[in-house]
Amino acid sequence: MTADTTSAGATVPVLSVQGLTVSVRSGGSERALVEGLSFDLARGETLAIAGESGSGKSLTSLAVMGLLPPPSLRASAGRIMFGGQDLLHLPEGAMRRIRGRRIAMIFQEPMTSLNPVMTVGAQLTEAISAHESLPRGEARARALAALQSVRIAQAERRLSQYPHELSGGMRQRVMIAMALALKPDVLICDEPTTALDVTVQREVLDLLRDLQRETGTALILITHDMGVVAEMASRVIVMREGRMVEEGPAQRIFAAPVAQYTRDLLAAVPRMGDGSGAAVLPVAESVVRLTDLRVRFDIRGGLMQRVTHRVHAVEHVSLQINQGETFALVGESGCGKSTIARAIVGLVPHEGRIEVAGQPLQDLTAEGRRALCRDVQMVFQDPMAALDPRMRAGDLVAEPLVIHNIGSDAERRGRTAGLFERVGLPPDAMARYPHEFSGGQRQRICIARALALRPKLIICDESVSALDVSVQARVLALLEELKRDLGIAYLFISHDMAVVENIADRVGVMYLGQIVETGSRAQVFGNPLHPYTRRLMEAVPIPDPGYVRAPLPRLSGEIPSPVWPAGEAPQRLRLVDMGGGHLVAQSNPTAEIAA
Amino acid sequence: MHRYRFVLFRPLQLVPVLFGISVITFLLVRLIPGDPARILLGTRATPSALANIRTQYGLDEPVWLQYFYFLKNLGAGEMGRSTLYKVDVLKLITTRIEPTLALVGMGVFLALLIAVPFAALSARRQGSLVDHAVRLVSTAGLGFPSFWLGAMLIIFFAVRLEWLPVSGYGETFREKLSHLILPGLTIALSLSAVLTRTLRAAMIAGLASDVATAARARGMPESRVFWRHVVPNALVPTVNLLAVNIGWLIGGTVVVESVFAIAGLGQLMVRGIFTRDYMVVQGVTMTFALATVLINFAADIITVTLDPRIKL
Repeated sequence: MTADTTSAGATVPVLSVQGLTVSVRSGGSERALVEGLSFDLARGETLAIAGESGSGKSLTSLAVMGLLPPPSLRASAGRIMFGGQDLLHLPEGAMRRIRGRRIAMIFQEPMTSLNPVMTVGAQLTEAISAHESLPRGEARARALAALQSVRIAQAERRLSQYPHELSGGMRQRVMIAMALALKPDVLICDEPTTALDVTVQREVLDLLRDLQRETGTALILITHDMGVVAEMASRVIVMREGRMVEEGPAQRIFAAPVAQYTRDLLAAVPRMGDGSGAAVLPVAESVVRLTDLRVRFDIRGGLMQRVTHRVHAVEHVSLQINQGETFALVGESGCGKSTIARAIVGLVPHEGRIEVAGQPLQDLTAEGRRALCRDVQMVFQDPMAALDPRMRAGDLVAEPLVIHNIGSDAERRGRTAGLFERVGLPPDAMARYPHEFSGGQRQRICIARALALRPKLIICDESVSALDVSVQARVLALLEELKRDLGIAYLFISHDMAVVENIADRVGVMYLGQIVETGSRAQVFGNPLHPYTRRLMEAVPIPDPGYVRAPLPRLSGEIPSPVWPAGEAPQRLRLVDMGGGHLVAQSNPTAEIAA
Repeated sequence: MHRYRFVLFRPLQLVPVLFGISVITFLLVRLIPGDPARILLGTRATPSALANIRTQYGLDEPVWLQYFYFLKNLGAGEMGRSTLYKVDVLKLITTRIEPTLALVGMGVFLALLIAVPFAALSARRQGSLVDHAVRLVSTAGLGFPSFWLGAMLIIFFAVRLEWLPVSGYGETFREKLSHLILPGLTIALSLSAVLTRTLRAAMIAGLASDVATAARARGMPESRVFWRHVVPNALVPTVNLLAVNIGWLIGGTVVVESVFAIAGLGQLMVRGIFTRDYMVVQGVTMTFALATVLINFAADIITVTLDPRIKL
């Protein structure tokens, strides 16, 4: 930081929001979605605006950018002071010169925010030339420099690539490069890492912090993730339903939250510990047993549509889930964890052996498959997509009973009512349609539907990932309660190490289709032995600003592709028992991922 | 690299398609009731004259052998003699293909000329009076049959205002162009109705997309956001829609050429059907099929060029 910023920045805020109100007009009436929000942003500081969905945090950022989608949304009161001007009353032409050059923004989804039909280089040069008229060559040189500054490997080559040819992390780096290319005074990051895998999130957060230190740009970080807040922010605003609930230095907010809402929010955040506190389960009958499971998808090409490559989605996975236990599969996107779930319910063809309740899947007749559906049910990530919008909640939950011809109409109604009570929904909810519920309630409907057939195993595929933390905590508590009362086993698939640490009895860590480490919660979290497990755990943002990260080498590098030419296969990992069923992959080709 | 492979190898994949089309049209044409020899010679022809004609055109041979001869002739660059025109069908087609191609080209050109600006106007002012008007007109455009629309255009522009010729094709380039405007417009009006609606929907989605928001956040002027980030992405589905519609469009020339008395393939087709001129009907059908296949091939290439994500 230069002397200028420290001396002036302490007194004069670079951006000052005063009494901002954002309203939506629907019909004849106006309703405030953000109300009376005020804050100052000092030069070079990182201010986090944290809150759950509907808190108005994203609308605030759009209001600062002057990008509230007309005509329904508008900033109806307040001032946004920047460089001595009120941005809310600036004509569009003047506002445009500020956007991107003095206040830049990056978004949650780098794939949908980049134009798929333009090269990375064209988009970068366009962003630069929008504000500075430069000769072609010079603009290109600036674009290249911008890419290099976000530490993209082979920056020169990336310029001529299209967004879809880059990984998620690289795309977000491109977005950051574009945003910082003109050295803005303020950078607004709206959920910049929410769509990214945890290890990629770590890289991007590290990068943002470094770049901010180098450039002195003030950062507004919009996020729902209290871990990210703790790692990045110097000051925090907690928002709820359009109002500021609490504001203060990050240290203070986390150590001594004043508002009840902040306290509840922080209490709901799943925290990673050392895996202790896991109850030792009595040895029980197995519900599902996988032996040497392999799932491969053919990629065909050429004139004859021959198989040229195969996606090795699942490679030699063996595991067992016992009655009444929660087995968690963790790993990053593309590691094959969801494919295992699909194989168990027979949705994808597999090799190897899958036994459900002692019955091998491949021997099943059509009748046996129907019976299998009764034993294994799934709860998906997006409840809205999993519920038919034209069916009433009661009918949705009763549908499995209808399909399997169980009970009379009256009995089904009775059982459905019981299920609604079981998952904590009021009885009158049965007559309502999915869109009338909140996200958490919808997921409860999905859980009730999964319970309808009294299954032995419920597969939860990222079932709480799309929910706000407070809702997530309640749904997790419900799952726990159901397990205790009904003796159900869960296959819990998640990318979130902290959630897994809070719910799993046993854990399997997956990497590129194979299990690299598995054991009880205490074994895996208390004594992680495989470098990839450690890397995953190290990457999780800790919701504690005082936490000092061990000075490990920075993470870098991309996860290799699971696509192999036909006839070739990845090396099979050998799992070695480190004692008490704690299996860890040995002598592996993935050792370099820790470096 | 992928693209070149595609351009080289895709035509090879078209060979079996064309073979199938030839078999089907050959058989279908022969299912039309009526005896070509009798239609040619009239009801009072003598049996020996009829037999003579049948032998001359190979109509007394079994169907499979007729097909074999047809393929053999095709190899030699002949499509068989027309019973009506007494010349080889290929020669007929080559002289008559130009007006039809020009008509289709004019139709597509005018349709885009109408659809793109109207869709853009409509999408950028969604909910405005202009938008409602465009949507109303494009819905109405779908409802008018082309023979009626063609007749109305003739009455208004050719008969009343005398701006453009009533019918025919003409000799010089200028003449041809002026003769093509009204029939081209007839095709374009119904085609642009479909195009405008799809384009408008795609543009509205594009204007609300993250790409547009992100571009605005970088300080792009709205016009640049629209033409550089919204339109190219909206064109991809439109090109595919055009390609799907091209078969319908070529079929439409049969009607339009009749209304405007243009001596093109459509008119030849109609006459061929009425006179049971097997050779003409199958020749023109195959030409239409070939054109449809080639245009779809071209559309595939355009799509790949527009959208680098698409791999063929």
